[in-house]
Amino acid sequence: MSAFNAVIYMIAVAAMVFSYSKDKKKTRTALKKAWKSIENILPAMLAVLMVIGITMAWISPAFISSLIGESSGIWGVLVASLLGSITLIPGFIAFPLASNLLKLNAGYTQMAAFISTLMMVGIITFPMEKKFLGTGLALKRNLAALIYSVLIAFVIGGLMIWLP
Amino acid sequence: MAAIIKRYRLILVLIAINLSILILGYDQGTVAFEQAALNLKEMLLVLPPIFVLMGLLDVWVKRETVIAWMGDNSGFKGMLFAFLLGSAAAGPLYAAFPITYTMAKKGVSIINILVFLGAWSTLKIPLLLFEFSNLGIKFTIIRLVFNIIAIAFLSWLVKGLMTERDRKAFSEAIEKNDVSMTLK
Repeated sequence: MSAFNAVIYMIAVAAMVFSYSKDKKKTRTALKKAWKSIENILPAMLAVLMVIGITMAWISPAFISSLIGESSGIWGVLVASLLGSITLIPGFIAFPLASNLLKLNAGYTQMAAFISTLMMVGIITFPMEKKFLGTGLALKRNLAALIYSVLIAFVIGGLMIWLP
Repeated sequence: MAAIIKRYRLILVLIAINLSILILGYDQGTVAFEQAALNLKEMLLVLPPIFVLMGLLDVWVKRETVIAWMGDNSGFKGMLFAFLLGSAAAGPLYAAFPITYTMAKKGVSIINILVFLGAWSTLKIPLLLFEFSNLGIKFTIIRLVFNIIAIAFLSWLVKGLMTERDRKAFSEAIEKNDVSMTLK
């Protein structure tokens, strides 16, 4: 468990104890709501986690490296954006991966596109997102994030060269 | 029992598909199960305290208070608050979606919900530190500056692009996820 998780647990427990000392009934309602919320997303969440697992198994970091590493230019940016939108790799794998690819002469533009889409665009998690935001809003959020990621990748790629 | 199977049919189908991949002799089947288990562990670790806090927030904090802080007319203060809440987050973006439900129910404006999601996706502080150590200060700072501006701008833009239908779908999603009805 990371230190960050530990802090969140401590805050939650402290809040719970404080709440219970103030009002037992309200606290019980809160906990019931918490449980109901978890149960509510569980089916969608489990499905999403399994799809992530399957995707990660077939589109492995090594496979991503071979694709982004080899393709350059606009084509490379599009491939990187597509891979970033589909896959869900945690930061502690994605950043070292990008760092290694840069050493292997991949461009900053492609890396920026990959990292931005990885973080902001979620095709696999879309079923979960639309459950909470509605299809229209979820779709527009992802599209806006995708377009931004591609555009900003070129700006970042340019600035990495122009700035000292 | 039938109801449970129906509720969980999607995950059951996925497990069956992956099992067949495994039985056919592809290593990817094993990797997929391992990855899924790893992510499940992470989610089960992160979610309970977040949901407990959301539950407590739900019963203790008045809707009027939330509206004043982060509602439609909360202005700069509301957006700043959404930025801070999102960057203080832990866990993947899909852990944030259930939180937006409580926010929406309590009257947080759509723009601030989108800002919160944007901040959660790219401004998480531990993640920024990790980006800096792997890709360097220049890359991280350039991205950070653009992202902060873009999150505010894109949230405003996406909200502006919402149609009447999107709004309806959004309120319906909130209603559908309302668990307080089933509590009574």
